[in-house]
Amino acid sequence: MPFGNQIFKKPDFKKVSDVVWEVPTSFKQGMKVPARIYATKKIVDQMDLQVYDQITNVANLPGIQKFAFCMADGHSGYGFPIGGVAAFDPEENGVISPGGIGFDINCGMRLVLTNLTYNDVKPHLKTLVDKLFDKVPAGVGSSGFVKLTKDQFRKVVTEGTEWCVDNGYAWKEDLERTELNGKADWADVSKVSSKAVERGVNQIGTLGSGNHYLEIQVVKEENIFDKELAKKWGLFPNQVVIMFHCGSRGFGHQIGTDYLQLFLSVMEKKYGIKILDPELACAPFNSPEGQDYFKAMACGVNMSFANRQVILHRIREVFSDVFKQDAEKLGLKMVFDVSHNRASVERHKVDGETKELIVHRKGATGSYPAGREEIPKLYRDDGSPVIIGGSMETGSYLLVGGPNAAETFMSTAHGSGRTMSRTRAKGMFRGEQLQRDMLKQGIYVKSVSFSGLAEEAGSAYKNIDDVIEATHLAGISKKVVRFTPIGNVKG
Amino acid sequence: MPYKFLEDIAIADVAFEATGKTLEELFDSSALALENTQVKDLKSVKHKVEKKIGVEADNVDMLLFNFLQELIFLKDAELLLFSKFDIKITESKKYKLKSKAYGEKLNMKKHELLVDVKAVSLHNFKVEKTKSGWKADVILDV
Repeated sequence: MPFGNQIFKKPDFKKVSDVVWEVPTSFKQGMKVPARIYATKKIVDQMDLQVYDQITNVANLPGIQKFAFCMADGHSGYGFPIGGVAAFDPEENGVISPGGIGFDINCGMRLVLTNLTYNDVKPHLKTLVDKLFDKVPAGVGSSGFVKLTKDQFRKVVTEGTEWCVDNGYAWKEDLERTELNGKADWADVSKVSSKAVERGVNQIGTLGSGNHYLEIQVVKEENIFDKELAKKWGLFPNQVVIMFHCGSRGFGHQIGTDYLQLFLSVMEKKYGIKILDPELACAPFNSPEGQDYFKAMACGVNMSFANRQVILHRIREVFSDVFKQDAEKLGLKMVFDVSHNRASVERHKVDGETKELIVHRKGATGSYPAGREEIPKLYRDDGSPVIIGGSMETGSYLLVGGPNAAETFMSTAHGSGRTMSRTRAKGMFRGEQLQRDMLKQGIYVKSVSFSGLAEEAGSAYKNIDDVIEATHLAGISKKVVRFTPIGNVKG
Repeated sequence: MPYKFLEDIAIADVAFEATGKTLEELFDSSALALENTQVKDLKSVKHKVEKKIGVEADNVDMLLFNFLQELIFLKDAELLLFSKFDIKITESKKYKLKSKAYGEKLNMKKHELLVDVKAVSLHNFKVEKTKSGWKADVILDV
């Protein structure tokens, strides 16, 4: 069959509510549970049909609980669709799959406050973006300024943000403003290949490329939706904030690749598991291979926490340099750091029974309602802060874990979600023109690659406001503030 | 060109189709496609470094997967881009590839860099014999 000539059918959706659409198990042979799409009808109608094929492949996996979910920003990927969420019960031979996490382990978002207003920043915007571009390396094969031996790097991926505190790259308070307190404490670096270490050792403090970016944004008064919570979390009208998106770089990518191959070699022979896409390669969570991957994945998680932390350190240096004031005085405090590519062991209720499940989120963010143990004490009474980045032209959001989040194993969307392929976008948009157009809209963008910039054009994405509205209406995450971009460093 | 990038196969990733009269030519085309995903003009990558690459696998599909994966590894671990390959593939119990790869360290000032490749995806990954030789379908995670 020629490449890409598969025909995907549109499911006969059962409408659960205006924002929840169910694909019944009759859609595909072997589905153990139905799939549910959390989106408006408009979004469901526009999603590429391969999403439904991929999410129903996920519904075939052993030990899956309740539903295979796809969030409003969903689009097709490999293995799981992007926006995919699935929870597996290890007691029912539930699996762990690198294809449900993504090669970029713990890729995520970090949001940082300032006490500066738009008027304070406007005259310095170009200098800030240019300096950030210099200090936070981006693009193909970029190396960071932290020079480490391989053994030191192994320590970093074992300790995560704690290593950064010990080495002067973090404030102590940053720890409690990071999921897992900045450290996946089940990490075991002996489960990681030397190849992964060699790929990652020079990459701490780098953005990478693709859809990774660092953005300066502004809070407009009319875009504060939850005034009380916004104030409590340190946000105010006309404030400038910083948001960035990156992951575990080559280190995480290699871990994913290594274990994908290992799982393919044992899955069927040793565990009798049959899958519908090699990218869904998996092993029972309670198997030696499954546990090894989970411990290796934790190293990837720690690498990405350290990566984002060192980037924050550079941001603090740049702002301090430009405004000739300490970062503390400039109020460069973190709001939170969230992952959208990770598997986590969490307790959830399934048909009235509390179970310990392995929850996969691939391009989906943890969204915990008030009181949950996953939320740092600082925010536990409020619900977890949820950071969702839009395309570079449109805007981004801060939300809070919603009252109905238990429906989706405490998960929500992670971004806008692409609608157009990179190759097509590159053919349609010119990076240079896009840069000029964005400047007219008041956004100064600097990129390593004009072609990379064109691939990330806003029109290649769904409308972020539609995606957020769907999660808000479903009650899985509630809007707090929308941010408008003014400066962008793109990898 | 013995490879072409395809528009609507992969939404967030890069898909290409490579061809070759022989298996060696197919691997050469696929390797160039991978490098060309990351750097716009392969001619700008001079042959200053010669690197020996050896991989093996049980079948041709995984041989190509391992070869491309090795090039991604060298991009991160040694910052190397390549623009020419001499490839030899033999088959006995296993498929074995030996290649000399020619290229240089990536340099933002000299090379117009495009997008970083994270991994080769096995989703729809395929190597097949055709009437005129060989063809591969590859999706790269970027």
